[in-house]
Amino acid sequence: MKLIECKDLCMKYEGITAFENLTFAIDEGDFLCIVGENGSGKSTLVKGILGLKQYSAGSIEFGGVKPKEIGYLPQQTAAQKDFPATVWEVVLSGCLNRNSFFPFYTKENKERAKHEIAKMKIEDLVHKSYRNLSGGQQQRVLLARALCATEKLLLLDEPVSGLDPVVTSEMYEVIDELNKNGVTIIMVTHDIHNAVHYGTKILNMSRNGYYFGDAKEYVKTDAFRAMAGGCFHHDK
Amino acid sequence: MINELSVIFGYSFMSRALIVGVLVSLCAALLGSSLVLKRYSMIGDGLSHVGYGAFAIAAAAGIAPLWFAIPIVIVAAFLLLFITKKGKMGGDSAIAILSSSSLAIGMIVLSLCNVTIDINGYMFGSILALKDNDVAVSVVCSVIVCAMYIIFYHRIFAVTFDESFSSATGIRSGIYNVLISVLTAVVIVVGMRLMGALLISSLMIFPAVTSMRVCRSFRSVTVCSAIVSVVCFTAGLIISYYIDIPTGAGIVVLDLAVFLVFALIGRIRERQ
Repeated sequence: MKLIECKDLCMKYEGITAFENLTFAIDEGDFLCIVGENGSGKSTLVKGILGLKQYSAGSIEFGGVKPKEIGYLPQQTAAQKDFPATVWEVVLSGCLNRNSFFPFYTKENKERAKHEIAKMKIEDLVHKSYRNLSGGQQQRVLLARALCATEKLLLLDEPVSGLDPVVTSEMYEVIDELNKNGVTIIMVTHDIHNAVHYGTKILNMSRNGYYFGDAKEYVKTDAFRAMAGGCFHHDK
Repeated sequence: MINELSVIFGYSFMSRALIVGVLVSLCAALLGSSLVLKRYSMIGDGLSHVGYGAFAIAAAAGIAPLWFAIPIVIVAAFLLLFITKKGKMGGDSAIAILSSSSLAIGMIVLSLCNVTIDINGYMFGSILALKDNDVAVSVVCSVIVCAMYIIFYHRIFAVTFDESFSSATGIRSGIYNVLISVLTAVVIVVGMRLMGALLISSLMIFPAVTSMRVCRSFRSVTVCSAIVSVVCFTAGLIISYYIDIPTGAGIVVLDLAVFLVFALIGRIRERQ
């Protein structure tokens, strides 16, 4: 089943065309990696999918998932570095979209937050302050929060940037595990090698056109060789 | 001690100052934590200058100052929010322009209309400025601000912590940003005559920054800043009465002292 389908999508960034005529679809269970050099419009596309930014032409259609049912893992902001909030407070805030007008958290909300915290194996951090955690722990907290908001589709914006190699591979394992359990993943990344390793589909954006297709096919293309620096042999 | 306090607050101007001050400190502290964390610390300062301009015009035109200033400052808050979000100008430049222009307009209006008002009182606050009518308005405004804050507490937290996540999952962040700005504008205007245009923003910023030195959770920061704010105000009011110093200035200096103590505690804890 198609969760999101973009047809001939055009978006602008500060008045300048970021990309145009982009057509691709995400099926249930996909692990889509969006790659491409800086300025190719990846972040603009993310904002378009999330409904944070209007698109100028084309269409984005949602099936089986509501536009507000996307669990989003944004890039960290500077303000969050010294933000006094416990892990519990952060994770629980992911449940807010479930209680439309009720201003407080329900018992189900709390159960759900506990469940996602257990899934991310961060039970021992619950009462710790978010600002005192390591980069990898913070990403797990934000993942748990995103899972509180949805169980269908996660959109991860450069989830491993700034993490050390060990934590990076742990992070990929966590994401891969979620995908195997039925969560559809869209991941924006600069890490091309892991993108083709974990991703089932690739959307390669660049200023002169784009590639969309299976990861297995993508590794045979020139676009991949250009992104990978031309000296990488993939064994997939 | 209790006798002495009952004598002090037996003066009606002191009891008025206490009621308005405690309520304003409470509201300011609640909003302050969001402002500080969203990097909007200077908004309070900018809006208080707009408030000064509005009070000056109200005095010249003979209109009830609070009713005139509250809407004007709310509009200014909208304007600041809009410029920061959409405009090409940085938020800090927008605040600097808005605050100095309103100050200038206020000064010109006062001199052209030959109004004699207590400029010192407007700038640095005066506990004698409050009338019974002002107390009623302040109580109503403060109750509204507190109620709104409690009802929307979780959403305000979510939007303060991560605006893009909140918007993406269906919380209308824009509305909560507007809510915070409007409530801030109301608190600034209500508290301005007591604390003065130059000192009122400290009531919003100090308690939050102080609590952030030692508190780990957003809830504890909120509760702690409310307590710090109210205690510093009350103590500052009493001390300034006894040693005969300007009330607003006394409260700010007390806030500074508490901040330094908390910063020290935070440092020591970090070392351990």
